[in-house]
Amino acid sequence: MTTPPPSLAVSGLAYAYPDGHQALFGVDLTVGRGERVALLGPNGAGKTTLVLHLNGILTGGAGTVTVAGLPVGKKHMAEIRRKVGIVFQDPDDQLFMPTVREDVTFGPAAAGVRGAELDAVVRKALDRVGMAEYADRPPHHLSFGQRRRVAVATVLAMEPEILVLDEPSSNLDPASRRELADILRTLDVTVLMVTHDLPYALELCPRSVILSEGVIAADGPTAGILADEELMARHRLELPFGFVPSSVA
Amino acid sequence: MGAGHAHKLYRHGHSPVHGLPPHTKLAAVLGFVVVVVSTPREAVWAFALYAALLAAVAAKARIPAGFLLKRLLIEIPFVAFALLMPFVVPGERTEVLGLPLSVPGLWGAWNVLAKGTLGVAASVLLASTTELRALVLGLQRLKLPPLLVQIASFMIRYGDVITDEMRRMSVARRSRGFEAKGVRHWGVLAKSAGALFIRSYERGERVHLAMVSRGYTGTMPVIDEATATRAQWAYAAALPLSALLICLLGRTTA
Amino acid sequence: MHVPDGFINAPVSVAAGVVAAGAVAAGLRGARRELDERTAPLAGLVAAFIFAVQMLNFPVAAGTSGHLLGGALAAILVGPWTGVLCIAVVLLMQGILFADGGLTALGVNITVMGVVTVVVAYALFRGLVLLLPRTRRSVTVASFAAALVSVPAAAAAFTLIYAIGGTTDVPVPKVLTAMVGVHVLIGVGEAVITMLTVGAVVAVRPDLVYGARGLTAPLKLRVDGELVDAAPAAAPAAGGSPKKLWIGGVVTALVLAGFVSFYASASPDGLEKVAADQGIDKNVEEHAAADSPLADYGVQGIEAPRLSGGLAGAIGVGATLAVGTGAFWGVRRRRTAALEA
Repeated sequence: MTTPPPSLAVSGLAYAYPDGHQALFGVDLTVGRGERVALLGPNGAGKTTLVLHLNGILTGGAGTVTVAGLPVGKKHMAEIRRKVGIVFQDPDDQLFMPTVREDVTFGPAAAGVRGAELDAVVRKALDRVGMAEYADRPPHHLSFGQRRRVAVATVLAMEPEILVLDEPSSNLDPASRRELADILRTLDVTVLMVTHDLPYALELCPRSVILSEGVIAADGPTAGILADEELMARHRLELPFGFVPSSVA
Repeated sequence: MGAGHAHKLYRHGHSPVHGLPPHTKLAAVLGFVVVVVSTPREAVWAFALYAALLAAVAAKARIPAGFLLKRLLIEIPFVAFALLMPFVVPGERTEVLGLPLSVPGLWGAWNVLAKGTLGVAASVLLASTTELRALVLGLQRLKLPPLLVQIASFMIRYGDVITDEMRRMSVARRSRGFEAKGVRHWGVLAKSAGALFIRSYERGERVHLAMVSRGYTGTMPVIDEATATRAQWAYAAALPLSALLICLLGRTTA
Repeated sequence: MHVPDGFINAPVSVAAGVVAAGAVAAGLRGARRELDERTAPLAGLVAAFIFAVQMLNFPVAAGTSGHLLGGALAAILVGPWTGVLCIAVVLLMQGILFADGGLTALGVNITVMGVVTVVVAYALFRGLVLLLPRTRRSVTVASFAAALVSVPAAAAAFTLIYAIGGTTDVPVPKVLTAMVGVHVLIGVGEAVITMLTVGAVVAVRPDLVYGARGLTAPLKLRVDGELVDAAPAAAPAAGGSPKKLWIGGVVTALVLAGFVSFYASASPDGLEKVAADQGIDKNVEEHAAADSPLADYGVQGIEAPRLSGGLAGAIGVGATLAVGTGAFWGVRRRRTAALEA
């Protein structure tokens, strides 16, 4: 019996923006099925650039990205976009439809799902984030935490192979932050979480990688990485005041 | 925070008028206004009947008269224009309270005021009984180009977001002791407007990314379809058709 | 400035509606060509921006304040195609949601406030940017001039429409004087605000100013290319193609003939002289003899020499262009046919 291909395999990925600024210098990263991995790194390390390569919004550099064995490229673009669910940092960017329901419907409908099946998919996704009762509300009437949860639902509705979250805990109050963590823990999908919130990474992701200056600079158990003061300092990563990783893990 | 939606005309309700499909209402209002505009001005009684028709609709929709009248204020700039007409229009003169007024000017003022007011009142009734979202769906059903409908829905979705950003910038300015008092402060305000444009445009680019990430290829998947039964069409048509009858009567008698 | 129902008679409202629909259709095509699938989100957000910025109050003095109309700003920032679309959508929504502007007058409103302001502002802006030295100052100067002219141009367009299809025979010269007087003042405000706003954008993200793209390309001023500008198409050189040149020519000619001829100079004599010099008077007479409804109208319906001069100018230029273009197309069609044969 063969093992399933990893959810995500990035190899030798390099990319320069058209203006000449090079952001990635050969990224190698493999995320196995069902793993939860935190992607850490200082500002300007190339995290967003990497994320935009995962579903083929940026292409044309060197190296390859494969999602569940499928190479990211023009040929499979629709399939790739369905498999890679990106939750962007600002839920207002993500929730562009007039109501919550329509927004969650957008992805599966674009993929051709219709009728009763579509309704079921949408309801399930909203249930998973506990937002079913808000289905007919316009997104701008929700709180920030609720909007973030709906944003997760819009992506879950596409039943992705891998969920990519860009700063999921930013701007959330502690309660919303915990609620989101509870939701993320119950999901049985592969998760790649880009974050500056190191305690959140420790709480949710057994494994972390540090992206620094366009390459993966460290890869290992989150607790070990956070405890390595020298490594952390080298990549401008700092734990919140008074936070001791070993006391939690 | 919540002040962002204060400008919304919609009044929540469950009247038969609220329940009509949006495209039937849009078509009815448009038909009504066209009929009103084509009615000869001399048929004064016809306009009274039109007003009565609208009043009946408002009663059916349980829209209070005060609410309706307040919204009519939007017309004021043109009322000023209309009030000038009796003074500037040449032609036969008549004496009103000692003022020499032009007869064609009076007719012109009456024409503009009557038709303009009826038009505004009809639009206010439409907007106050139809949700934003439904209006856009209605436009879609009335075969407005899909791209235009998309642009309109994005404008509605992000109108509040952008206005909120503008308000936050204003709060930030005032928190630092800036109060715009006159022309010499325009530079600061314009800088905010410029920043607002950049933010809006960049947000547009990010929204596009989010759409593409979920499989957008240029057309919106059709999700909601407003549909109307024959009975609903007939119900909505009552307004323009009775107006048409009045108009025809007005044309024969005037 | 939103025209309510009942101001303009039905036939002219319908005609304006056709013009507006044509302009919006052209805008949709043009915007899609430039922005592709990004059209809907970008135009939607810019429309939301225009809508918001119209609510930004600019204090004038003694408690009064004004606000931006935004036609010129939209044209300069996002180009004429997307600009027309955005203003049209804003007007449509204002009409339906806020009863601001009559539904039957929607065509008039879009034509006057969308098409005329955007086209006049963009043509003038682009022309000035090409003529002036390639500096940022030129961009601000050009924005000022474009916005300044666009507002009274819209007022003139409205007066023109009113003269043809107004429901009351207001003496046209009086309306004209009032409209233009007021709108020149408004235009000054609009011009200052537009200039400052465009200046603010140019200072930070010059690549976002559509009308100044030709200027930024060699300067390499892009600030942060992060995220989205993965493939900023090589700046489409405005004014390069014959089609654009043609459109620019038409607009300039119409503006000059129809607008400048009765606004630039205060003295009617001067205007009549312009009309006579250009052979426009004669043109009108010929048209009148031909019994065409427009020409007929031009002579009988309007007493004011200024307006009839200007109107006739516009009509004359339009007719000449139509005939000329028709001939051009005919020749070209025949030539391509001959080539293919």
